Amino acid sequence: MIGRLVADVPRRAALALSVFFLVLLVVPWFANDYLLTVLILIFYFAYTGQAWNIMMGFVGQLSLGHAIYIGLGGYTAAVLFSYFGISPWLGSFAAMLLAVLCGAIIGFLAFRFRVAGVYFAILTIAFAEFARIGFDHFTYVGGSAGFFLPVSNYSQSDLWTLRGKPIMFYYLSLGMTVAAVILCHLMIGSRIGYFWQAIREDEEAARAVGIDTFRYKLLAVVISAAMTSLAGVFFAFYYNNLFPEEVFSINRSIELILAPIFGGLGTLFGPILGAFLLTGLAETLTAAWAALGVDVPGAKQVFYGICLLLVITVLPDGVWPWLYRRLGLAGRPE
Amino acid sequence: MNRKPHMGDKRITRRTMTAGLGASVVAGIAPMNIVRAQDATLKVGVLLPRSGAQAGIGQDCQRGVDITPGLLKDLGMPPLQIMNGDTETSVEVARSRAEKMISDGAQVLVGAFDSGQSTAIAQVAEQKGIPYVINIAAAPQITEQGYKFVFRNFPTAGMILADAFANQKELFEATGAAPKTVVFMHVNDTFGTAMKGGIGAVMPKFDMPYKIVDTIAYDPTARDLSVEVAKAKATGADALLMVSRLNDAILITRELVKQRWSPMAILSMGPGWYEDQYLKTLGKIADGPLSFVPWYDPNKPMSKKLDEALAKAHPGVNLNTNHVYTFEALLVAADAFKRARSTDPKALADAIRQTNITDNVSPGPGIQFNEKGQNDKLKDSAIQNRAGKLVTVAPKVAANAKVEWPLQPYDRRG
Amino acid sequence: MPTDIYLNVAVSGVLTGLVYGLMALGLSVIFGVVRVVNFAHGEMTTVAMYLAVVLFATLGLDPLLMMLPIAGVLFVFGYAMQRWLINPFISRPEHSQFILLVAVAIILANGLLIVFGPDARSVQTSYAFDSFMIGPLIVDATKTFAGAAAIAVAAALFAFFRFTRLGTAIRACADNYTGAQVVGLNVPRLYALTFGLGAACVGAAGAMLALITDVTPPLGPSFTLLAFVIVIVGGLGSMPGALAGGILIGVVAAMAGLFYTPSAKGMFVFAILVLVLLFRPQGIFGRRA
Repeated sequence: MIGRLVADVPRRAALALSVFFLVLLVVPWFANDYLLTVLILIFYFAYTGQAWNIMMGFVGQLSLGHAIYIGLGGYTAAVLFSYFGISPWLGSFAAMLLAVLCGAIIGFLAFRFRVAGVYFAILTIAFAEFARIGFDHFTYVGGSAGFFLPVSNYSQSDLWTLRGKPIMFYYLSLGMTVAAVILCHLMIGSRIGYFWQAIREDEEAARAVGIDTFRYKLLAVVISAAMTSLAGVFFAFYYNNLFPEEVFSINRSIELILAPIFGGLGTLFGPILGAFLLTGLAETLTAAWAALGVDVPGAKQVFYGICLLLVITVLPDGVWPWLYRRLGLAGRPE
Repeated sequence: MNRKPHMGDKRITRRTMTAGLGASVVAGIAPMNIVRAQDATLKVGVLLPRSGAQAGIGQDCQRGVDITPGLLKDLGMPPLQIMNGDTETSVEVARSRAEKMISDGAQVLVGAFDSGQSTAIAQVAEQKGIPYVINIAAAPQITEQGYKFVFRNFPTAGMILADAFANQKELFEATGAAPKTVVFMHVNDTFGTAMKGGIGAVMPKFDMPYKIVDTIAYDPTARDLSVEVAKAKATGADALLMVSRLNDAILITRELVKQRWSPMAILSMGPGWYEDQYLKTLGKIADGPLSFVPWYDPNKPMSKKLDEALAKAHPGVNLNTNHVYTFEALLVAADAFKRARSTDPKALADAIRQTNITDNVSPGPGIQFNEKGQNDKLKDSAIQNRAGKLVTVAPKVAANAKVEWPLQPYDRRG
Repeated sequence: MPTDIYLNVAVSGVLTGLVYGLMALGLSVIFGVVRVVNFAHGEMTTVAMYLAVVLFATLGLDPLLMMLPIAGVLFVFGYAMQRWLINPFISRPEHSQFILLVAVAIILANGLLIVFGPDARSVQTSYAFDSFMIGPLIVDATKTFAGAAAIAVAAALFAFFRFTRLGTAIRACADNYTGAQVVGLNVPRLYALTFGLGAACVGAAGAMLALITDVTPPLGPSFTLLAFVIVIVGGLGSMPGALAGGILIGVVAAMAGLFYTPSAKGMFVFAILVLVLLFRPQGIFGRRA
């Protein structure tokens, strides 16, 4: 498996990736906690973007309700830890299981009843909103008053219970992102990957040549859901509180799909680049505004929106494919 | 799809780094070495939700921030260098802003109105050993986490309820009239749910003359509350017990008028009913509701100074909870700085723990913190809307007017 | 509970539903013809509400009278937006359009925050607190006016699409894009007109909404979501369906609030949406394609 992973990548690219990865590995030695926090946010978006990309970029199923998996994952692991003292590493399995179940139900219903395109997107929103309001009334986990994880001792980082300093979460998020990229890379190059692309390009044709489109679409939803739920676990243990309005909100679903679309849909590097650019843009704007002495709440977001609008108008396929061509690289961007 | 994925190239890597990271690196690392040298001023990072869903309250709190420097100067307090930050009503932004401010040299943090955002900031402050003074946030959990650098000069949900019931009883006694039944309406958000959860535990201790005949929870983003009010009216309860926000308070009042229901009293235990926007929007209709909330003691000299400063900076804006507790949070920071004579965070935290400010604004003996970092001596007031102004009617020590009782029916207000 | 409460709540649900239906009608027209998922719909509604508020606050003009002028302003806004911003995206995939309109939404919502500040604004007409007593019924005056206006606007729009050449041409565009081009229709212009008409609906609905609720800058997303729910439940492209969908959602939400917990009424609304998507994707009032 590792052999195939390495064999696929050209040497120059492999070298560049290693250097990039090494830089990220040593970043904590020369960066302050603020920069780490920003990088954690970037990896969080890169990771969730990668997970969402499996459904949209690989199979062409537009989900606008991925917050449901973030929320389910976060609440499951948080409850298991707070109420039963179960480590988030074990809790993650429960989180994934629940997300898989939920994804399977949504996917089954949607594909069984042939809900597609925009209708599918609306269906995913409906489920996420349903879950949001449901959790608002779910008093076992605090309802809309929120769920607070115990945080007391920060003198040491404890990886087993995920209680600790930003540096631990930095490596965790970096590790998750790298793992997600490797997983997606492997999947794209596998049989499943080809089936997915066939379905994305022309579902009727894919079915005609004998691909079980229902099964493979469902598989994409389930994998994407499981991966996203882990981001939810991360979210819960990093921020240490969960509010239904916060984790299940449609804004969360939207913010996690911006990076992959901005970076380049269906590519491996697009979500990562998108996360770096968008989060970097937001932070830079805040810093620039402060430096200029502009203290107008909302001005930053207006500018952010304009940047988003311009880039998507000029580069409809996202930044990464464009960059890829500009750099004179051959073939299709990954 | 191509079988040979080009995951990256050296040039790409560098460019990506430059584009995405470069700016943040500069922004993040550069200011590290600017501060710490002089102890003449204290750098205070103020984090408030000034855009997004809570922008209204965040910007109102900001008014309290803006009038503080002048007041501190009059008090002979050392100057604060205030850094303003916008949490954009998001926990992620709150957390990264807190990190940014600390890396920019903030020695004390203040904020952030919302419990979720405050928890995110509290964790950063605790890790860095930077004192954090919460201005407003009522979730009890925040000061139950064993933090050593987090302080809250604002009552928890349980304290708000206890004082509300005590003040209600005082008013019932003074008027000789009390509702036999109430219907409890609450907004189903963080604060509303915490209050609803607390009622079951707190109310029995007070032997209240009324019983709650129905509890109606409604959506915080509701744009129409006619059904909720119709349901409340149908219970036939004597009075309305409320926990709301601003917009829903306005909507409910309109529905009360339209559905022609004037309860004996409106007893609110949260924001909304006393806010300027409520008074301005509803005019004559706004008179009468009682709010049992963290407030200011109009008889304390400091309150007059704060009131005058606000009136000068923002004519027509009534002094309220947002200004008072934001000001007091900054006062705590300045006072600790004065006594510690140092900007060392640990010395500051120790000084804050020793806080004993009696020349303050909020009702009660003053500002002190218990071992959990909570000011548990705070008292809440009962205030009433009167012709566009707000008067304090209970407790007696912090009152400046007598209560008007019962609520003047809405259809008899000319 | 006294029995008249059911009637009161139902009437209130119908009236509110009509106004939301008018807003959703705008989305239905845009989505049904141009096939663009207008994720800035709620923000456009909010803009219209602020227009009504400003006109009333500065010139004392009643939103009921200003409904048509505001619709006109929004028409121009929608026309321009389709012509210069969205048109290049017509043939692009949905997610691309989605990001574009999310960007527009971010700009509009925060632009409103900068211009008007965060406080809720409202229109205080002389009849703001009025209600009619009809037997045991208490009917909200502003809602009645707003609901009646919604019906009038919807009827006018219906007549336009049914009886004018332009309307017929737009419907031809919706039915068959290529066919419309073949017979020589100027499709980009017709699309811009359609988007403008949809925006005009939003303008009229916004003026009415300003009468019955207060406006704040972050109000948009919930309106957008509501409009989508109504349009899909009512049936995409069906004009009576949008109004009927609005009424249905209004009444269901009101009844759910009455019989269950009001804060959970959204669950019923989304449950209906899911059921419709699964079992009657053409909408309750739509015709099967």
